[in-house]
Amino acid sequence: MGQTLLRKVWDLHTVRQLPTGQTQLFIGLHLIHEVTTPQAFDALRANGWRVAFPERTFGTVDHIIPTGDRKRPFLDVMAEDMLSALERNCRDFGLRLAALGDDRQGIVHVIGPELGLTQPGMTIACGDSHTSTHGAFGSVAFGIGTSQVRDVLASQCLAIEPLKVRRIRVTGALPRGVYAKDVILTIIQRLGVRGGTGYAYEYAGDVVDRMSMDERMTMCNMSIEGGARVGYVNPDATTVEYVRGRPFAPPAESFDAMSRWWLSMASDADAVYDDEVEIRGNELTPVVTWGVHPGQSIGVDGAVPSPAQSGEDAAATTDALAYMGLTAGQPIAGMKVDVAFIGSCTNSRLSDLREAARIVKGRHVAPHVKALVVPGSASVGRAAEREGIAEIFQAAGFEWRNAGCSMCLGMNPDKLEGNQVCAASSNRNFKGRQGSPTGRTLLMSPAMVAAAAVAGEVTDVRRLM
Amino acid sequence: MIRRVVRVEGRPLPLAGNDIDTDRIIPARFLKSVSFDGLEQHVFADERKAGGYRGTNRPHPFDDPRYHGASVMIVDQNFGCGSSREHAPQALQRWGIQALVGESFAEIFFGNSVMIGLPCVTASPADLQAIGARVAADPKAHMIVDLEAGTCTIGDFTCKVDLPAKSREALLTGAWDTTGLLLDKFDEVRATAARLPYSVAG
Repeated sequence: MGQTLLRKVWDLHTVRQLPTGQTQLFIGLHLIHEVTTPQAFDALRANGWRVAFPERTFGTVDHIIPTGDRKRPFLDVMAEDMLSALERNCRDFGLRLAALGDDRQGIVHVIGPELGLTQPGMTIACGDSHTSTHGAFGSVAFGIGTSQVRDVLASQCLAIEPLKVRRIRVTGALPRGVYAKDVILTIIQRLGVRGGTGYAYEYAGDVVDRMSMDERMTMCNMSIEGGARVGYVNPDATTVEYVRGRPFAPPAESFDAMSRWWLSMASDADAVYDDEVEIRGNELTPVVTWGVHPGQSIGVDGAVPSPAQSGEDAAATTDALAYMGLTAGQPIAGMKVDVAFIGSCTNSRLSDLREAARIVKGRHVAPHVKALVVPGSASVGRAAEREGIAEIFQAAGFEWRNAGCSMCLGMNPDKLEGNQVCAASSNRNFKGRQGSPTGRTLLMSPAMVAAAAVAGEVTDVRRLM
Repeated sequence: MIRRVVRVEGRPLPLAGNDIDTDRIIPARFLKSVSFDGLEQHVFADERKAGGYRGTNRPHPFDDPRYHGASVMIVDQNFGCGSSREHAPQALQRWGIQALVGESFAEIFFGNSVMIGLPCVTASPADLQAIGARVAADPKAHMIVDLEAGTCTIGDFTCKVDLPAKSREALLTGAWDTTGLLLDKFDEVRATAARLPYSVAG
């Protein structure tokens, strides 16, 4: 009987069964950032532990850094403290760090792949729930908490329980104006925000096979929003060609052998899954969230549901409508937006910016909208500047920023104010997520954010193509 | 020093609603610190400040005098979804919560809670309703979550609660504090690293 990629990677990295019955799983690559690590390093110091495999750890700064003026020390004393702590910890424990000003700096889930650190067949951990992004390469990548960061630093291992696998096949082809973001939002809407608990999601099917690595990363990134801690795509020729030649990729002389091994880690044709789901690509439309979790979404041509239409989630719908200031039955198109944010580990890669720039080119941001583009890494930013994309955005009235998490999560100066409505290419529309306790977030693809910025309201991007 | 988590006793704190995310439990701005100290002051900060809890004029459960000093939280489905911030269970634990009983928990939140010795046990919807009714009748009722017996008791009502076997074992034996365990047979860790076909050399 064939095996899934999850099973193959799991078995290869299993150190032993712990007395509790959990698996002691070796972590091939540990990515770290400033927010979820300081307490873990303190625990190492308190116990006299060293970092077990410093060469398997790589750090960067992304969550708390300003994307505008980056003069040190930061005006925000707490942010300065956190950044200094990471710099000191990496120095003391001998770890590599793409610090502020380093030309490799950026959002941890953008730079891992970009530098070639992320490779198929690996186990990867990071103290951030969107670590599932790296599954796009056919790695098994977990978001972990700070105590687990401590464990990985000290032992390079996690005590963890095995996952079931649900294969989600996206068949057919995507219509024009429908992106990877729309596919994953549709999956989360259909399977629910808790549907993935206990599962790894394996994304497959013609649509996924044809996707670029950037698109696969967008899909895997939001697995956690569907409750699945891990999401992955089997490695193929697209994966191999993406990794080739990157700074941490295997050297040319061993690259072919490594790529053969990567491809051998893909799920076997006769692998057995715990569950299977099919999504028909041809039926999809651009998607917008209307509520306060990523499963509360509709097609851009749809109407906001009523509590009565929400079955057992009626109370949640009532609560979400009140928070969002929406009325059941109201079309989502035409909802006025105050802010347009293109960025985050979900959608801040070069291809995302290219698609958004195609919409923006020759147009202008609506007068009442504050619009910003935050490239996912310094490298994405430089490439976009070389290609003239940055210029297109600026000419259209967007602010062009430095790389970081920015307005996705309200831990840096980029925040919503009051009950502003934000069209966002990020991943979470939770209450208060974007830094204002009453701020409102509408998740959508970067192209849809660009369209909303120009129109000043939610609008169908297909009309601008 | 090994701390076993076998049984939690104390007063209840019910918090209704499905899919309560970690941004609500502890808004991101309070993560801007190099320690977990003081997080308890900011549990559910934004929705407590907003007032009008769930469309009523009642105080938020964390401000409700009836629940002061509570140690068992009662929640609905998918509690703790969203971000991997351990700050969420840390904040609840530092506030005084020693166990959670709910219909279901988000996976990362559940794992982070076990890692700090904070059990999250599940009960059936009917049993949770029965527990809720007892709390409504007597907000200061005495509650017991017994991991060894797999039960939850409030007043004269006792029901079965579940916890995945491996997590239960970790809590009961004190093996939830995992670092020592993972370092225990380090030669096997080295052997695993040595057999991997890849490195992260660069």
